[in-house]
Amino acid sequence: MDELKLYTYIAVFGSFAVYFGIAWWARAGSTSEFYVAGGGVTPMQNGMAIGADWMSAASFISMAGLIAFLGYGGSVFLMGWTGGYVLLAMLLAPYMRKHGKFTVPEFISDRYYSKTARIVAVICLIIASLTYIIGQMKGVGVAFSRFLEVEYDNGLYIGMFVVWVYAVLGGMKGITYTQIAQYCVLIFAYTIPAIFISLQLTGNPIPQLGLGSTLADGSGVYLLDKLDTVVTELGFKEYTTDNMGGTLNMFAYTMSLMIGTAGLPHVIMRFFTVPSVKAARQSAGYALVFIALLYTVAPAVGAMARFNLMNTIEPAAGQNLEYAERPQWFKDWEKTGLLKFEDKNGDGKVQYTADKATNEMVKVDRDIMVLANPAIANLPNWVIALVAAGGLAAALSTAAGLLLAISSSISHDLMKGVLTPDLSEKNELLAGRIVMTISIIVAGYLGLNPPGFAAGTVALAFGLAASSIFPALMMGIFAKKMSGTAAVWGMCSGIGVTMLYVFQHKGIMFIPGTSFLGDMGPNWFLGISPNAFGAVGALVNFGVAFAVLKVTGPAPAHIQQMVDNFRTPHGGVTAAHDH
Amino acid sequence: MEGKTTYWQENLRLIFICLAIWFVVSFGLGLLLVEPLNAIRLGGYKLGFWFAQQGSIYTFVGLIFWYTAKMNALDKKYDVEES
Repeated sequence: MDELKLYTYIAVFGSFAVYFGIAWWARAGSTSEFYVAGGGVTPMQNGMAIGADWMSAASFISMAGLIAFLGYGGSVFLMGWTGGYVLLAMLLAPYMRKHGKFTVPEFISDRYYSKTARIVAVICLIIASLTYIIGQMKGVGVAFSRFLEVEYDNGLYIGMFVVWVYAVLGGMKGITYTQIAQYCVLIFAYTIPAIFISLQLTGNPIPQLGLGSTLADGSGVYLLDKLDTVVTELGFKEYTTDNMGGTLNMFAYTMSLMIGTAGLPHVIMRFFTVPSVKAARQSAGYALVFIALLYTVAPAVGAMARFNLMNTIEPAAGQNLEYAERPQWFKDWEKTGLLKFEDKNGDGKVQYTADKATNEMVKVDRDIMVLANPAIANLPNWVIALVAAGGLAAALSTAAGLLLAISSSISHDLMKGVLTPDLSEKNELLAGRIVMTISIIVAGYLGLNPPGFAAGTVALAFGLAASSIFPALMMGIFAKKMSGTAAVWGMCSGIGVTMLYVFQHKGIMFIPGTSFLGDMGPNWFLGISPNAFGAVGALVNFGVAFAVLKVTGPAPAHIQQMVDNFRTPHGGVTAAHDH
Repeated sequence: MEGKTTYWQENLRLIFICLAIWFVVSFGLGLLLVEPLNAIRLGGYKLGFWFAQQGSIYTFVGLIFWYTAKMNALDKKYDVEES
């Protein structure tokens, strides 16, 4: 066994051992512990757990790669996936914590005094969470197969088993404490290579500052300026100004991601685990600190990875890399098919340009940037091993949070709330565990046989959350008179419009060939891409809800009283997880 | 009830201020005004680009903590703190 493999085994299985230990220590004994960790998590702990919950395989592996190739356009992910926490902290989390229940559909059902509303919310939640999980399961499989040279399928089984142990045993309590450990693993794994690379390129160890510094080669040129020059010379758009699809599209995209983030149930649910309203506000702040640690490093990782890639292929203008002398990482990734070279002009050298006719790097998969980065920069093997453990931590922690959101919505909202209200606590806990086991199997199955539309569905998850859940929750808190009928109409039309728009451009249920308008700029409404349409869906939701409210009349007095109650931290049913 | 209404109004005012700043740093400085701002430099960063990829995120973090502190004070002022 070579050194890299040994280190990788130690990092990956060492971290798994820690997760198991924590799971045993924090196993859940009651429904309150299973759903909300007994409501006793401190804001700092909750912030870390939210960070791990939130930062998925997509944040860890894909985001910096996206930024590397989108440049300025990648800002929509940076602002969108952090700005949502401001909305959570001010518009949703404190009031929902004050109301003191277990799940998001439960809040919606109380506030809108309607089982229909609860069922609509459960459906949105399950679709949003399941689509998300497929991505995590794929991430687990890829990380295992790339780093440990285990078969993709076997990697997935190992991942399923690990999540099953600590999620089913510990419920929210086990998940929370495991996520704290996972946060530590993933943030170290992300920042350490970034620090090394920043130091190499600019002499500044802090990546956030390194990105704005001059190159360490003595030229005195700023890194970003040099990157702009290099990419524009090859015909690519200028890195720092490339605005993806125009300003309006970026605007709508950012807004959709922000309100989608604030409306994702597995994130909101975490705010039910803290002991007070004050702690709910605080934990949103801590969560964003922990998230910002990765999100402010990501643009540096992206730009520096792009810079290193360009520099490897063409160290100086006209002096292209001889294909025969390509570095080891180049060969490794060629094997996976994610990197492809085709010597079009037969000169034995690598040309990488924006022109399709002469470009010889026919495939550079965005997802390899973070994983290949340490190798491109010639970093020591233990750093590469750490990245493997970090990628797995990111995927597993998010999968666990999503599984809990799904199982609680089924066992608590559908079974206990609608179908069999006289379920005892002990049986509900058992039901929760059984549902979670089934969810893991379903998620694993979908990870093994990813539906063709898997890539498109993550965007759909955000679109759904943005156009249905967020507006319903916000109106429930800020529009005292908002009635159940109006909210249900709003939710349905918000989702309806968003799904219709996504399907019309991407195909009905993403089946290729069934789209009735092509998925390209000129066909988009005002130039807004389907991924960015959640914001428009949310506007429709608000509009329809207020229109219906005008016609059908306000919510009854006792509901308005309840709203007054959760608007203030003190009084009523304080800190109650009493059922 | 009088006291409660005012607590809520003060909270709304605070949220309004915070969200105005939230909007200005991200959608304003990072997106709509990015071109003129890019003429100004912050080291190697163009300023508009910096707001979009760094500055907005730092501001978001600051905003939440500022709001939290203000709300804690407000809870005390109106005597609606949790026991």
